[in-house]
Amino acid sequence: MDALRRALDSDIYYSFRRSPVVMLSAVVTLLFFAGAIFAPWIAPQNPFDLRQVDLMDASLPPFWLPDGQAHFPLGTDTQGRDVFSTILFGSRISLLVGVFSVVFAMVLGIALGLVAGYAGGTIDAVIMRVADVQLSFPAILIALLIDGVARLVIPQELQHEIALYVLILAIGFSGWVQYARTVRGSCMVEKGKEYVQAARVIGRHPVAIMLQHVLPNVLGPVLVIATIHLAIAIITEATLSFLGVGVPPTEPSLGTLIRIGNNFLFSGEWWITVFPGIALVVMVLAVNLLGDWLRDALNPKLR
Amino acid sequence: MTMAPDRTKLLEVRNLRVEFPMRRGTLVAVDDVSFDIAPGEVLGVVGESGAGKSMTGAAIIGLLEPPGRIAGGEIRLDGRRIDGLPYEKMRRVRGREIGAIFQDPLTSLNPLYTVGRQLVETILTHLDMSEKAARERALQLLQDVGIPAAERRIDHYPHQFSGGMRQRVVIALALSANPRLIVADEPTTALDVSIQAQIITLIKRLCREHGTAVMLVTHDMGVIAETADRVAVMYAGRIAEIGPVRDVISRARHPYTEGLMGSIPKIGEAGGRLAQIDGAMPRLSAIPKGCAFNPRCAKAFERCRAERPEPLTVDATDVACWLYDPAPAVRR
Amino acid sequence: MTGPGTPLVAANDLARHFDVSRPLLNRLLDGIPRQILRAVDGVSFGIRKGETLSLVGESGCGKSTVARLVVGLYRPSRGSVVFDGTDMAQLGSRAEAERVRRRFQMIFQDPYASLNPRWRVGRIVAEPIVVHGILSDPGAIRARVDELLVQVGLSPADREKFPHEFSGGQRQRISIARALSSNPEFLVCDEPTSALDVSVQAQILNLMKDLQRQLGLTYLFISHNLAVVYYISDRVGVMYLGRLVEVGDVRTIFGQPQHPYTRMLLDAIPDLEMSGRPRTPVAGEVPNPIDPPTGCTFHPRCPLATDRCRREAPVSRPAPTGAMVACHAVEEGRLPPR
Ligand SMILES: Nc1ncnc2c1ncn2[C@@H]1O[C@H](COP(=O)(O)OP(=O)(O)OP(=O)(O)O)[C@@H](O)[C@H]1O
Ligand SMILES: Nc1ncnc2c1ncn2[C@@H]1O[C@H](COP(=O)(O)OP(=O)(O)O)[C@@H](O)[C@H]1O
Ligand code: SF4
Ligand code: SF4
Ligand SMILES: [Mg+2]
Ligand SMILES: [Mg+2]
Repeated sequence: MDALRRALDSDIYYSFRRSPVVMLSAVVTLLFFAGAIFAPWIAPQNPFDLRQVDLMDASLPPFWLPDGQAHFPLGTDTQGRDVFSTILFGSRISLLVGVFSVVFAMVLGIALGLVAGYAGGTIDAVIMRVADVQLSFPAILIALLIDGVARLVIPQELQHEIALYVLILAIGFSGWVQYARTVRGSCMVEKGKEYVQAARVIGRHPVAIMLQHVLPNVLGPVLVIATIHLAIAIITEATLSFLGVGVPPTEPSLGTLIRIGNNFLFSGEWWITVFPGIALVVMVLAVNLLGDWLRDALNPKLR
Repeated sequence: MTMAPDRTKLLEVRNLRVEFPMRRGTLVAVDDVSFDIAPGEVLGVVGESGAGKSMTGAAIIGLLEPPGRIAGGEIRLDGRRIDGLPYEKMRRVRGREIGAIFQDPLTSLNPLYTVGRQLVETILTHLDMSEKAARERALQLLQDVGIPAAERRIDHYPHQFSGGMRQRVVIALALSANPRLIVADEPTTALDVSIQAQIITLIKRLCREHGTAVMLVTHDMGVIAETADRVAVMYAGRIAEIGPVRDVISRARHPYTEGLMGSIPKIGEAGGRLAQIDGAMPRLSAIPKGCAFNPRCAKAFERCRAERPEPLTVDATDVACWLYDPAPAVRR
Repeated sequence: MTGPGTPLVAANDLARHFDVSRPLLNRLLDGIPRQILRAVDGVSFGIRKGETLSLVGESGCGKSTVARLVVGLYRPSRGSVVFDGTDMAQLGSRAEAERVRRRFQMIFQDPYASLNPRWRVGRIVAEPIVVHGILSDPGAIRARVDELLVQVGLSPADREKFPHEFSGGQRQRISIARALSSNPEFLVCDEPTSALDVSVQAQILNLMKDLQRQLGLTYLFISHNLAVVYYISDRVGVMYLGRLVEVGDVRTIFGQPQHPYTRMLLDAIPDLEMSGRPRTPVAGEVPNPIDPPTGCTFHPRCPLATDRCRREAPVSRPAPTGAMVACHAVEEGRLPPR
């Protein structure tokens, strides 16, 4: 209760309330998350349940066009699946991959950044050189590489089942460097502060100092990166899926939907690909705007 | 209210008020502050951090950072109002007529240019002379502020100077257009005692030789005692006491000044406890009613909690304290 | 156990050198040699139980480095710190180290950086109690924290607040409460009042003196403010460029300073009395510690410097006043009266 009152009274909340764009972004992001989480309950049909799909409804345009039907508001694809429902389910996969790869990258990056920043010396040099090398390749390439290697080593029959996890690992692994660099920088600053030295004088174990003293104080910037990274991770996933190396078509993400729909763009059924595309752009834009705002709001110099 | 210009006063500050409009209401950082500085005089401004010393200085040189703004009163230089001058005009006044020295010498110097170039540029901006003459003047200034081997060091960059030498360069910069007033905000606070002593001596000498008036902001009573002719003691945005340095330091009238003097450890005095003022200065958002000092004042009485004391003249000193009200007040 | 004469804490020829060389590649390309900064170079002193020894000196002379060496934040490059007869470098097991550790604590300069901003005051103050396993029952810890907060002039209700809700002086009180919570005998205080206003400084100095009397604490006190040092100390050490140039009783050092540097420092203090006493102008600045002058490092600023001073570093010897002084002029008896 007390914490809530403090949060509502904070400068961050104040700057949030002052910017309509940010509030709109937050609402949109929330809607996407809600839609994704509750898709099985709120979607008009489960497009992957063959009993609910009827080929007779195939290739219907959005409801405002002639032939459009009200219960397929954004039309249907060539197999009679409701595009609106596929978008809800697609966002679910996209956000799932996005969120988990961000969490993975974050945990890995924070851990390596803390170790590098606190230990310094050779350990630091090694970790940061690896980071530098990785940073010189585009993230998408790293993800492609990891994905490719995984496909080679994992037996064929398992590939479908674990494709999602491989994708999460691949995207997550391509993004840890940002976190590690930021955490290492803040960690080196915090390490020099007197409260950390006080803990050393008391005789606390370095790991305890890192986790209890340093970590809570470096999380602010990490939160900002995570938000912006979420947008990037979603795009990366979409790109991989668009290229056909992402999630299997049995569980299509927004990227997969765009790729599949792309084939029908010129045969006139533009809605199959355009609506998932719009959904992707809106979602990424909203998350990105939130991240930008958070970065500025947490930066006292810009206030 | 307009005043007849008074030629014995170089700077006149009347009822100055500086405000910060914040989202939770307006903070008054400087409230109803009035003082004068005569040509060649050093006015020391002391007080604890947050008392409003720097904001008073910033208001005078026209460098209040937004959202801070002058919300009332007037500032006159030689009888001419300089508060509320448009930016360009104020920029000419600053530099030409008022020089500024800040606590951190590095922030006042551009790291990319040699000190000579910075001096020459400032001189050329404000004085009408040839580049050659400006360089000669720059050299002279560096010698004046006591930089050894000035001919060589004039072409060095700020980072090649030590802290004390940098502060001398900043003083030279402030002096470059021969201003009549210098506002120095904690010019010695970042320096070691031995360097501090050198800078104090320098400021005193410059005042004497050039007749420059100085507003010296510091929280160090020792520096004030050594340098100032008159002292203003600030507390919570107001002047508690202002008068000749000797009176304020050895015969403090305001209970706050008295407490402040008592809390300074002195060499040669027997140990034992320091006289301490309990509590801390109030935040700007919670300044007590009546006399702002009343919760910490051992001599506070009823009137202090109800009415704000206005400055009362006692000998050569102005004291804002009800203890000095000659009116037959209800005192306990 | 320590008798009345033996020191509780002793530094023997303590030194700490920092390698401030450029990276290897730059050194090879530009032909610059390795650069060693001797932040502390052979400092010896002893502090008796219940006594306050202060170190004074200008910025960069190595005061904080000594403080950090004494509490073990730095390893000495040479020499040793002996605490109650135990050489701190020889501590064997972790348990043994822990037992010694809880007997000393440190208070820092910056009241804004010395408390973890994300922790509540109660947790901050309790940290040493928990780490050293002094108390384990949460109720008992709480009671002890309340007691400590009251002891330093705060209230038990402050336990639930965060550091940013306090003023600088109050934060310094929290730091003191944290330092006291493991019942230490020895406190190292690195400029504990330098960031505070004089009126708040007086409160903290009074508190520290009261606590010393009540708890029999021993202090190593670091400051660049000579008046503060005069007020708080029993003995004073004056440092210049990593060395102690003069150590003695506070009254001796302030009343009959011997070393020319001590005299210069005393002369530089602004005179509150405005007695108008004449003083020798202070000359020069602290030289670059990476490349200190030869012989006595003070010679470029010293009015008494001779050829011997430029050649030979003076060693610390007892002066007639009873202080230990490292100066050729004192040894040769050619010191002018003050
Ligand atoms: N970790 C370090 N690496 C390199 N040089 C250091 C390090 N710590 C201190 N020094 C140097 O050692 C010298 C002594 O530093 P120290 O902090 O002990 O000075 P000090 O006397 O406490 O000064 P101050 O009054 O400014 O606190 C300085 O020249 C400093 O630059
Ligand atoms: N940008 C700002 N916003 C709000 N308050 C400010 C700002 N700058 C200064 N203040 C407040 O104005 C008061 C006076 O500040 P200042 O003049 O800097 O004090 P000092 O006497 O230490 O120089 C302080 O309480 C300070 O917190
Ligand atoms: S007016 Fe009252 S409270 Fe204020 S200083 Fe004077 S006696 Fe103290
Ligand atoms: S040894 Fe020589 S140079 Fe050093 S302080 Fe003594 S007289 Fe001065
Ligand atoms: Mg200030
Ligand atoms: Mg220090």
